[in-house]
Amino acid sequence: MQPAIVSALAGGALIGLVSGLLWLVHGRIAGITGIARVALRGPDRDWRLAFVAGLIVAGVAARAIAGAGVAAGLDTTPVLRLALSGLLVGIGTSMANGCTSGHGICGLARFSRRSLVAVPVFMGTAIATVALLRVWA
Amino acid sequence: MKLPHAFLAGLAFGAGLAVSGMTSPARVLGFLDLGAIRTGHWDPSLAFVMIAALAVAAPLFALSRRRGRALDGGILPTLPTHGIDPRLIGGSAIFGLGWGLAGICPGPALVDLGVAPWPAVAFAVPLGIGLLLGRRD
Repeated sequence: MQPAIVSALAGGALIGLVSGLLWLVHGRIAGITGIARVALRGPDRDWRLAFVAGLIVAGVAARAIAGAGVAAGLDTTPVLRLALSGLLVGIGTSMANGCTSGHGICGLARFSRRSLVAVPVFMGTAIATVALLRVWA
Repeated sequence: MKLPHAFLAGLAFGAGLAVSGMTSPARVLGFLDLGAIRTGHWDPSLAFVMIAALAVAAPLFALSRRRGRALDGGILPTLPTHGIDPRLIGGSAIFGLGWGLAGICPGPALVDLGVAPWPAVAFAVPLGIGLLLGRRD
């Protein structure tokens, strides 16, 4: 098997394990949209801030172990595009109450009807956006 | 949830994202670029992130459904279900548009803050603003 597929399977299994355990043990959904939004403003912020801190420290560790290539493509993206993309991702995921983790993993794992709709919509529009940018660029 | 547990959960989740390849915008855009199938340059490996995550998470969610309570003794919250409404579909479409623009979704955005604070912050700050703007109330 190709190394990229092995690491995708390993990383995905770890993501799935954390998502499943967070719900099974603590009754919490490992949706980054909801966690980040309530960490910014909302009730019961402390555990969410700790979770976000864990995500950021994971990035620091990943860079120390594997180098800056962990985020390959980030530094070559124009800053204005990053900012516009961030704003759209924030508004969209907040409106839809979930993103790749909340709908894509937790939602699909429990066969939520909303997630079964949300995931094809955001995958489809993302694929269409990349295709359009290919035509224009 | 105890704060060290939440931190470790974030750390493991973030490590999973970094190992899987999801923290690299170049890898994500390479996956979303279905037009590359024709030229033989499509990178399907990130599909295995979701496959592995769901394979691990789904049984844990099913186990939790049978138990009816969280293992820490807490009640499992009823998840907000607004049905399949325009906010879900429109929000997911806006998310997909933003995701396709730069190849970054919320979890990887936070991990990348640790990998490369600049330019990751150029995405993360508008992401936070968008999360607050897109709230229901």
